[in-house]
Amino acid sequence: MDIQIKNRKLVTLVVCLIPLLWLFLDIAFGNLGSNPIQALHIRLGDWSLRFLCITLAVTPIQMMTRWRGMSDYRQMLGLYAFFYATLHLLAYLVVDNNLMWSIIGTDIIESPYIWFGVVAYLIVFALAITSPKWVMKSMGKSWKKLHRLIYVSSIAAIIHYFWQLKGNLAEPLLYSIIIFFLLLFRVLLWKTRHELKEMMIPKGYE
Amino acid sequence: MIKTQKKIPSSEITDFTAFKERRKFIKAMLATAASASIPSAWANNAKPNAWNLAKSDLSNTALTPTPIELVKNYTNYYEFTLNKEDSTKLAQNFITDPWSLEISGEVENPGSYHLEDILRQQTLEERIYRFRCVEGWSMVVPWVGFSLANLLKMAKPLSTAHFVKFTTIQQPETMPSQRNNVMLEWPYVEGLRIDEAMHPLTMLAVGMYGDILPKQNGAPLRLVVPWKYGFKSIKAIVKIELLKYSPLTTWNKAAPTEYGFYANVNPDVSHPRWSQNSERQLGSGFFTSRRQTELFNGYGEQVAELYRDMDLRHFF
Repeated sequence: MDIQIKNRKLVTLVVCLIPLLWLFLDIAFGNLGSNPIQALHIRLGDWSLRFLCITLAVTPIQMMTRWRGMSDYRQMLGLYAFFYATLHLLAYLVVDNNLMWSIIGTDIIESPYIWFGVVAYLIVFALAITSPKWVMKSMGKSWKKLHRLIYVSSIAAIIHYFWQLKGNLAEPLLYSIIIFFLLLFRVLLWKTRHELKEMMIPKGYE
Repeated sequence: MIKTQKKIPSSEITDFTAFKERRKFIKAMLATAASASIPSAWANNAKPNAWNLAKSDLSNTALTPTPIELVKNYTNYYEFTLNKEDSTKLAQNFITDPWSLEISGEVENPGSYHLEDILRQQTLEERIYRFRCVEGWSMVVPWVGFSLANLLKMAKPLSTAHFVKFTTIQQPETMPSQRNNVMLEWPYVEGLRIDEAMHPLTMLAVGMYGDILPKQNGAPLRLVVPWKYGFKSIKAIVKIELLKYSPLTTWNKAAPTEYGFYANVNPDVSHPRWSQNSERQLGSGFFTSRRQTELFNGYGEQVAELYRDMDLRHFF
């Protein structure tokens, strides 16, 4: 790998940690408002969702701009989505519930919005542990199939966001619009390819 | 009896003199110390009982009130904003003077009253209540006010009065959501069954933490029903109607499967999308567990009788 790419990767790695640093500063200075535990929680969830969106945006941006090289970062961006999702989960278990499993258990069973969070997380978790190159190679074709589940994860994450709210739906709405277009891109791409493929089939063989 | 001033449009009710009178009046009621001027008293963390307040047996004196700054800066006041931390600033242009309250419907003595005239008839009490929001957080607030029953008794409900409907002021010039038709149908409406309304725990609050209510907390007059979710405790009330039939209340109308008319705090009846089993207490630190929510928010001993033989799952 050439040294320039290596440096750029390092910069990206550090830049992606800024939201976390920013969060620590807000905790230290008491900037999280009247319900800091919830604020912390939402902040981590937001960043997880943002990284999920950024990861999903890599392919469309690359195809539209013909700017090669972005896909070098896709793995790292995806892992950051996993990283913030893990912190989000840990914040729920430890910071919010102090590992009181009886309360956590009831909460999860009785809260459908959490089910969607769990689905979204389990998928991202599976993608994270299969992300190293050697796993990818050993998995062959099924790797790609598995990693397509990121689409399901993004939809589950959006439902998870929407379903916990009573009033202000502006933010989840914004993310759903973004994810809608990112997924629409895939659908259109698939359709175009499918049509091209059909055009390739010689007459009489349809 | 309250002196009635029937059929006076609210726009004509109080001029500047009345406003001055209100301040004088409230100051007198609040004793002297904390309120040299009302705005500065808001800024101070006035100690509970800076006013000469009657002690109430209904107060949960064992509970420690949540720090006032948290209570003042975390309010669901959708007329101003859907964001709990923005209403403090946005509510500051809200006009609370003059204020009149209409009592009408199935009562012997309907009428429209200056808030001052109402307060003159009442003994203000401090009551520390736990306040539980349907969103899963709670706080402990020392409210200042009086039992709604005391006011209703003066209006003399007829035997046909089975429900009470409360309406918030329509003030679109200061309330952006009313101006722009945001989210809910305005004005905000809430309701209680007559026996719930007459229950001594049900109070009308004009203050908290030994001072008058901040605007974002529902000034100048709000309902507090401690065993129900917070959205029942309607703010800035201008109208109380006694009705034969149940009123259609705002959240119930907006999402009938999610927010019931009763809205009693109940850890065993989940909201369709989230559990109501536990709550985050404002003011508790990181790494403290959520609090186990209590049936009727801990007021079961006083109010469970009201719901005897009722299926609380059905009448949620």
